[in-house]
Amino acid sequence: MSDTSSAGLHAWLISDSPTSRRQARLGQLYRQWLAFKRNPMAVAGLAIIVLLLLAAAFAPLIAPFDPLVQALDKRLLPPSAVNWFGTDALGRDIFSRIVHGTRITLVIVLLVVVTVGPFGLLVGAVSGYFGGWVDRLLMRITDVFLAFPRLVLALAFVAALGPGIVNAIIAIAITTWPPYARVARAETMVIRNQDYIEAMRLQGASRARIIWKHVVPMCMPSLIVRTTFDMAGIILTAAGLGFLGLGAQPPMPEWGAMISAGREQIFDQWWVATFPGIAICIVALGFNLLGDGLRDVMDAR
Amino acid sequence: MTAVTQAPPCRASAPGRLGRWGRALSRELTTVVITTFGLLLVTFFIARVVPIDPVLAVVGDRAPADVYEKARLALGLDKPLWHQFAIYVGKVFTGDLGTSVLTSQKVVDDIRTVFPATLELATLGTLIGVVIGVPLGILAAVNQGRWQDQIARVVGLIGYSVPVFWIGLMALLLFYAKLGWVAGPGRISVVWQDIVTTRTGVIMLDAALDGEWEAFWDAFSHLILPAAVLGLLSVAYVSRMTRSFMIGELQQQYVIAARVKGVSEAAVIWRHALRNAAVPLFTVIALSYMHLLEGSVLTETIFAWPGLGRYLTNALLNADMNAVLGGTLVVGVVFIGVNLLTDIIGRLADPRVR
Amino acid sequence: MQTSADKTNQPLLDIANLKVDFHTPTGIVQAVRGLSFTLGRERLGIVGESGSGKSMTGRAILDLIPHPGVVGADRMMFRGQDLMAMDKRERRKLRGRHISMVMQDPKFSLNPVQTVGSQIAEAYRIHRKAGAREARERSLTMLESVQIREPARVYDLYPHEVSGGMGQRVMIAMMLIAEPEILIADEPTSALDVTVQLQILKILDDLVSERGMGLIFISHDLHLVQSFCDRVIVMYGGKVMETLPAAELADETTRGRRHPYTLGLLNCLPDLDHPREKLPTLNRDPAWLA
Repeated sequence: MSDTSSAGLHAWLISDSPTSRRQARLGQLYRQWLAFKRNPMAVAGLAIIVLLLLAAAFAPLIAPFDPLVQALDKRLLPPSAVNWFGTDALGRDIFSRIVHGTRITLVIVLLVVVTVGPFGLLVGAVSGYFGGWVDRLLMRITDVFLAFPRLVLALAFVAALGPGIVNAIIAIAITTWPPYARVARAETMVIRNQDYIEAMRLQGASRARIIWKHVVPMCMPSLIVRTTFDMAGIILTAAGLGFLGLGAQPPMPEWGAMISAGREQIFDQWWVATFPGIAICIVALGFNLLGDGLRDVMDAR
Repeated sequence: MTAVTQAPPCRASAPGRLGRWGRALSRELTTVVITTFGLLLVTFFIARVVPIDPVLAVVGDRAPADVYEKARLALGLDKPLWHQFAIYVGKVFTGDLGTSVLTSQKVVDDIRTVFPATLELATLGTLIGVVIGVPLGILAAVNQGRWQDQIARVVGLIGYSVPVFWIGLMALLLFYAKLGWVAGPGRISVVWQDIVTTRTGVIMLDAALDGEWEAFWDAFSHLILPAAVLGLLSVAYVSRMTRSFMIGELQQQYVIAARVKGVSEAAVIWRHALRNAAVPLFTVIALSYMHLLEGSVLTETIFAWPGLGRYLTNALLNADMNAVLGGTLVVGVVFIGVNLLTDIIGRLADPRVR
Repeated sequence: MQTSADKTNQPLLDIANLKVDFHTPTGIVQAVRGLSFTLGRERLGIVGESGSGKSMTGRAILDLIPHPGVVGADRMMFRGQDLMAMDKRERRKLRGRHISMVMQDPKFSLNPVQTVGSQIAEAYRIHRKAGAREARERSLTMLESVQIREPARVYDLYPHEVSGGMGQRVMIAMMLIAEPEILIADEPTSALDVTVQLQILKILDDLVSERGMGLIFISHDLHLVQSFCDRVIVMYGGKVMETLPAAELADETTRGRRHPYTLGLLNCLPDLDHPREKLPTLNRDPAWLA
């Protein structure tokens, strides 16, 4: 019985003549999902991200030890059945710290994306839609930021604001938005000249309405793809700042800072720096794979 | 049949070409001026928001009030912001980036000594990226969807997903500590430290000029690992872009026409398609070079490489703001310069916009 | 090898049951299904709508079918040599030297970053062991023979600096410089202004008859084929509908013998002498493809 209902759902979703807006939208999502599912690399990426989310949500349940409590009698133990990834110089279980570190990574990535995405989108959409001097001014500003070395600029900002996770997020956000504005502007320029936008205008729709209801949604696919790719870059930058001691501060289990702590013992106790690095690689890889898959599905151009 | 008449063949006349060049050049220069101005504005802004008191940095914590006040006036901190900015710009243009608290030397001189080391690293890294990345990308494009393409894809994904400082540590662990194939951190062994005379600042070049070949190889052994680590990043980016440009070119009609003429497949790829892909590829390589200048900040820390990156991070950790902003400014100016150069060379390489 | 071939009055090209299949994820697409014809020193037209497989026929003869495509034939002989038995390398040696092709749009089929002269010279140097200077001289002569007045100046121009008509002349020069026996012209004038179409055709015609070449003229334009070719193959859906002398296309008295598809194509053409209210749309019968 469930078979027939799921077949009915399938037919309803892939119908060529949807009867409601909701059906059309869901149908499109479903088709994209079917295409996405055929790409094993993309599915692997999605699986990594889902695992990351689960690990962050249930960190205290998964981690066998407290990530912050020191046990000096158990310093620098190699990987074993008890401490899967060994212990660090202060006797803390590295596996537990990595599991808790997922939360920090996610918070950084989400905060940056939440601030940068809408801002870049707005700047780009306004710039592309209005054109003229507004466009020239906004794009000049964007160019200035684009011409800068991103990491170095982020470093300079952190130096000015003082080390810490919040300042690291701000610094990354300041240096990450310009490409979003560029992408959104390019999309907007194409959309702006379409006939249906002209039709909207003739019907008397306000500029704000056209931008918000029609231009912005059309920009979304390429921005989502861009964002997914960028998440990997944001993770790497954040880890880099952490590694330099400018991001999350000890004793927070931030992966970059953990690698930095393991640097001293790299030749003797290799595991201290190795495992957090592998964690960063896997998560960054997950976002990259997901981005690849999404691009193929959503952004055929 | 009508008589065959000659259609006007040539549309580009000499004055038109000059005019186009002039317009392009003025546009480029405007961009350079505006971005440089923006860069100065940002560094100035950063210097202003720093919670560190610049006066205290000069006179020390225990200076009496009148000394403090005098230093404050000497720094021009009583003047309005725009005036301070003007003073700042004037100083920068006369090559005055202030004095480093850490080294108590002029920041300009510090940067002059450390910059060649970074240049050396980034250049070799880019070279590795081009020498491996371009053929890899071509291979992937020609064999689209086959195993060569998958390899290029995996290399690209690794390059985009691995933190450079971590892979640097791992490389040190493996190739230096475990295998002993290369020399460890630093730029040259202590034995050779003062033997090579500094002429260019690029040690390998200096050693070669001195005829000290042992020192040359020692320097190379130090350089190769950090350069390879940076090279991995470059390979990822360059191969990915090469692949996509080449796929685009290989679908063009002129490629089919070349095959119709009887051109061999190798010549179709290297002589015809690659020459067309080379124009955008050049920009990519320049961008990659700039990424590596940036990537060197983290790499140099790992490999104790006495370059601009390590200078910057040291300054950062010690709140040595003059050094931080000076370094940022120099990297920014190099970026702007490379951008300009790339645009001009790209223009020269493409007959359609030349 | 050429001497014995010439004596026996062998056709230049002899093709039986040519098939081109594309293996796509959604199934096999048959672009050409069982095409047979012979070509002598004549002008053979191939007409059909887009998608009828006429371009793929040309590509298959040149061994230039792109990746998922597979070519099969009972017989594919070039002057007595079996093309199907040759490897990729031998097929490449034939291209340009013995069989060549003029493509549709010179704007896209000339390499944008090489001067037009160097592209012509390249075609010559691949097939003749010639030095740079000789290749240049030959190319200049060739440019002259496609009626370009200042060959030395044109030689150094880039493709974007020449007009469409001149670009196509350059293309013809490039494809004929190695003196092939067969030229495939794939819609050679469709991308050009009407005013220069006739000039290009005249140049093509003169060179082909001067050199005694075989020409395969691929076009969708019935009028053009009718006035320009000796014999015409009408293709639909990858199959030959009929082969007929070009003169009969215009001949009202033979209409009774025509294939319905050919008639359909003819009826779609507007005719000043017999004006009609409305041109009929083309009827296509799936049975033709059986």
